Amino acid sequence: MGSITLKNVTKSFDDVEVIPQVNIEIRDGEFVVFVGPSGCGKSTLLRIIAGLEDVTSGVVEINNQDATTLPPADRSLAMVFQSYALYPHMSVRKNIAFPLRMAKIDKAEQDKRIETVAKVLNLTDYLERRPAQLSGGQRQRVAIGRAIVREPSAFLFDEPLSNLDAALRVEMRLEISELHKKLGTTMIYVTHDQIEAMTMADKIVVLQAGVIEQVGSPMELYDKPCNKFVAGFIGSPKMNFLEGSEAEKYNAHTIGVRPEHISISAKEGDLLGTVGVVEHLGSDTYLHISCENSREQMIVRANANNGFKYGDTIHLTLDVKNIHRFNNHGVCIYETP
Amino acid sequence: MRAISNNRKALNTAIALTLGLFMSFPIIWILILSFKSELDAIGNPLQVLLSSWTLDSFSTVQGRSDYLKHFSNSVIISLGSTFLALLVAIPSAWAMAFVPGKQTKNILMWMLSTKMLPPVGVLIPIYLLFRDYGLLDTRAGLVIILTLINLPIIIWMLYTYFKEIPVDILEAARMDGAGLKQEILYVLTPMAIPGISSTLILNIILAWNEAFWTINLTASNAAPLTAFIASYSSPEGLFYAKLSAASIMAIAPILIMGWFSQKQLVRGLTFGAVK
Amino acid sequence: MMSPSVLLLLGWMLVPLTMTIYFSFLRYNLLNPGTESFTGWTNYYYFVTDPSFTDALVNTISIFGGVLFITTVGGVGFSLLLDQPMWKSGLIRMLVIAPFFVMPTVSALVWKNMFMNPVNGFFGQIATFLGLQPFDFFGQAPLLSVIWIISWQWLPFATLILLTALQSLDRDQLEASEMDGANSFSRFIFIILPHLARPITVAILIQTIFLLSIFAEILVTTNGGPGTATTNLTYLIYVQSLLQFDVGAGSAGGVIAIILANIVAIFLMRMIGKNLE
Repeated sequence: MGSITLKNVTKSFDDVEVIPQVNIEIRDGEFVVFVGPSGCGKSTLLRIIAGLEDVTSGVVEINNQDATTLPPADRSLAMVFQSYALYPHMSVRKNIAFPLRMAKIDKAEQDKRIETVAKVLNLTDYLERRPAQLSGGQRQRVAIGRAIVREPSAFLFDEPLSNLDAALRVEMRLEISELHKKLGTTMIYVTHDQIEAMTMADKIVVLQAGVIEQVGSPMELYDKPCNKFVAGFIGSPKMNFLEGSEAEKYNAHTIGVRPEHISISAKEGDLLGTVGVVEHLGSDTYLHISCENSREQMIVRANANNGFKYGDTIHLTLDVKNIHRFNNHGVCIYETP
Repeated sequence: MRAISNNRKALNTAIALTLGLFMSFPIIWILILSFKSELDAIGNPLQVLLSSWTLDSFSTVQGRSDYLKHFSNSVIISLGSTFLALLVAIPSAWAMAFVPGKQTKNILMWMLSTKMLPPVGVLIPIYLLFRDYGLLDTRAGLVIILTLINLPIIIWMLYTYFKEIPVDILEAARMDGAGLKQEILYVLTPMAIPGISSTLILNIILAWNEAFWTINLTASNAAPLTAFIASYSSPEGLFYAKLSAASIMAIAPILIMGWFSQKQLVRGLTFGAVK
Repeated sequence: MMSPSVLLLLGWMLVPLTMTIYFSFLRYNLLNPGTESFTGWTNYYYFVTDPSFTDALVNTISIFGGVLFITTVGGVGFSLLLDQPMWKSGLIRMLVIAPFFVMPTVSALVWKNMFMNPVNGFFGQIATFLGLQPFDFFGQAPLLSVIWIISWQWLPFATLILLTALQSLDRDQLEASEMDGANSFSRFIFIILPHLARPITVAILIQTIFLLSIFAEILVTTNGGPGTATTNLTYLIYVQSLLQFDVGAGSAGGVIAIILANIVAIFLMRMIGKNLE
């Protein structure tokens, strides 16, 4: 059991409205990611669900029961903080045991559960250490251990990986995804990193300035972004946008093409450009191209051995089937031209 | 980090050690004198060093019934005023750090300003009030005064320590199912104890060494060591060995506490302006 | 939860302060109780025109000027030295800091009797041993002797504050300046000294608050003498009120001391207030 519903939730700090009005439905067992640029209200939304922040108006339902005024302790939710928020004066074992102690679970049961969690998270050897003696990744695991040990109906993650280095982030991403598969518990995960959102989520909620721009599965957002913001935010490298005559050809104000939907040629194509920086990733190569039809440099994902180098002239051809069209408000147009 | 040659380090150590010995030489010297006989203690430095060692001065000083009385006065006054001030200060600092209001900063600054009041400016009224209420030369009177003069420092120190406890951790405790009582008992208090204890130590040091009010408000009954040593100024002060022994016993406890509280001292005396 | 401490401090501040101000306008001598009468500004006039007031003011300023000079210059030097890599740095630091923990009466008495006494004191003995005329510190240079004793107590304080500040200096900044071609002298002038400016100011202001109220050191060593050579404002007020029992004049002096301290306090409070943001 772990369904969460926000109905007409609004939030203002003093006179500043951070969340105008939000409706979200999260089904039991889903992995939902709130993603958006910093200051978009995603953390506030998570804290409202956690009960660490009041709503200004609206209703929060957990397991179909009104939980709007319930204190955090009574919501049966667990949270992993960006700073880990481990108790510095307690050993790892005590940290993990804390929620159980608060729930007055008997000692034998506590020990059994801690052992299980420690085994799952590879913390068995560190149980007697203090948080200060652990590495960043280990601390993260303790924070997760503390969250899963009491078997809550949902987990809340507030940018849990942003303090880790790149390699560890990839590793922990996998671990969290695997944990979700294993436990099947609802998870709500906040991040500003669209790669984390794409790789982990069942359902992504894209937010901007407190407003939900789009909700959908990762591939839905990727294939059918409903506006320019989502189109530009999801996917890496970013989608290329073209305006003016090239867009008018497709009867749109702006068109968007992802870097992988452009083919290159030395001889012929729709657009003419000059190669700028060439980034070799090994498997692929990103070409940054200055093109008279686009204000910004365009990015093309090409084969590793494409032979182009800095300063070359290049012809680009857009893949017509994969062109996204937007009207002058930035909203996607889906009917055929 | 570049490697620093051992020669360089040895040179630094030698210079700094010389400086350290120079600064603490008076203390080292009275430590030596306190183990000498009165006659040897007034000899020239070479004679002092070469003469025989004795514990006589300590036993003479300790044998005087009043020394122990003054020592215990110091203990009672410094501990008493510190605990009393902590009792009042902890809830205040707590409230200001965790439930700050619009006026919190102003109140803090105002509390600090009371510390700027020169004691001599209020010496007369306090003296007269003490006289009228029978508090002159009583330990209770000094406990009250020292509580009041150190209260702003204590509140400030505690406030800066409490402020450093991350809000995240308190929220984590709430998420983990802790109610307010459990949050205070299991999370806040253990995390606040290091700050509280260094505040305690610094305040004992300040109270132990306070020498304006203790001298002016006591005669013989409630005089702590500061006032007692002041009475050595003549003619007993010419008994070097005894004066040294009495001084060493008066400063030793504080030197030991000072060892443990160098960092806290800076924070406490600069009201958090230098950390 | 704040009210007990607020009330206590409010009482501590208002009650005696009001009384001091009230007394300062009264003819009030403890030897003639019951004869108090309102005299207007007479006490202030009497206190300020007394030649010992001018002496006390000059002495007060000399003491804190002298002590501040020694502690600031010495503190910068000491802290730079202690910040160098060395062995046993904890022990050495404690040796330098130790004088700060010595109670004022002990340090005053130890310096006066054991070191500065021209006959049996350490310096006198050394001088005699070398065949020189021992110097009578408190006879020849009483004010300087007092300044020296107080500096000995406060130099560790300045050192400790500046050392703490130095240790918080970003090492990258120093290395960046080194890469930019600054030698150690330029690094001191352009990086270290500006970084120390704030802690130096804080150390100076805090010492000023304490130095204006120096009392025990003077009481134990010179009793303000010879004459008024070492009488500072605090000591003068003490003499007026508790030795000559003139509550009115003493109170007028107290009000003056409070005003002087407040001038310094305003600057100090501003600096600390900024840090609250």
